[in-house]
Amino acid sequence: MKIAIAFLAGLTFGFGLLVSGMSSPDKVLSFLDLAGAWDPSLAFVMGGAVLTATPLFLLAKRRAQPLVGAVYDDPERLTIDRKLLIGAVLFGLGWGLAGICPGPAVVDLILAPGKAAAFMIAMVAGITFSARLRKAEA
Amino acid sequence: MPETWLLALMGGVLIGLASGGFYLLAGEIAGITGVVRRALSGPERGWRVAFLSGMIVAALIWLATADVAAATAGLEKLSLPVLITAGLLVGIGTDLGNGCTSGHGVCGLSRFSLRSLVAVAVFMAVAVLTVWLVRHGGLA
Repeated sequence: MKIAIAFLAGLTFGFGLLVSGMSSPDKVLSFLDLAGAWDPSLAFVMGGAVLTATPLFLLAKRRAQPLVGAVYDDPERLTIDRKLLIGAVLFGLGWGLAGICPGPAVVDLILAPGKAAAFMIAMVAGITFSARLRKAEA
Repeated sequence: MPETWLLALMGGVLIGLASGGFYLLAGEIAGITGVVRRALSGPERGWRVAFLSGMIVAALIWLATADVAAATAGLEKLSLPVLITAGLLVGIGTDLGNGCTSGHGVCGLSRFSLRSLVAVAVFMAVAVLTVWLVRHGGLA
C-alpha cells in the first residue's frame, strides 16, 4: 500500500515539476536573476506548493498516525547548526550555477539523458563524498 | 497555451498535493534529497524507489506526449564542467544541509520548521548572488 501511494505521489510530483517549468534551467535561472529580465513565475510554484501542502500537514498533525504506517517519520534534527548553514550555502552555489536542483535532475534524466546524467552522477558522487565525511566525523 | 504563471501555479499545486498528501497518507517527508540518498542505500528503500519510479514514469509520459525542448530549455547550453561542478555542490550541500527545494522548501515551510526557513533563506540568497555574479559580475 505504502509503495503504491509513494508511486502515485512521485508521479504527481514529477508532473508538477514538468508543468511548472522547474525542469528547465532557463526558467529557474531567470527567476533567480533579479537584475536581469526577471521571470517571477517560479514564485507561483513555491507559493502554490506551500499553500496546498500546509493544510494537508496541519490535517496530518491532528491525527495520531498516518493512514498507512504507524508513525510520522519527522526529521530528527531540529537545531540550526553549522552543517545546515554550510550545506545551504553550497547548495545555493550549485543551484545558482546550473539552475538544477535534485527533483528536476530526476525528471531531466529521462528528457535529456546526456546532460542530466552528468549532473546526476556528480550529484550522487557529492552525496557519497559528504556521507563519508559525516561518518568519519561521527 | 495558458500563461506561464498559471502553469507555474498549477505545477506548484501538484507538487504541494504530492508532498502534503504523501505525509498525510504515508507519514513520510517527500524531500527529493532524502529520497535519492536513501534510495541508494539504507533501510526502507522500497517506497523511495517507488517514489522515484513515479517521477520517472511522469517524465516518460511527458517525453511521449508533450514538449521536451521547452521543458528542459537551457539544459543544452550548460557545459560539462558547469554540470559536474554544480552537481557536486548540490550533492554535498543537500546532504550536509539535509534537504533541498522540496524537503526544506515545500515540506519544511509547510510544517512551519524554523530550521527549514533558515535553510531556504540562505540557499535562495546564495543562488541569487551566484546568478548575479555569473551573469552580471563578469564571471561569464
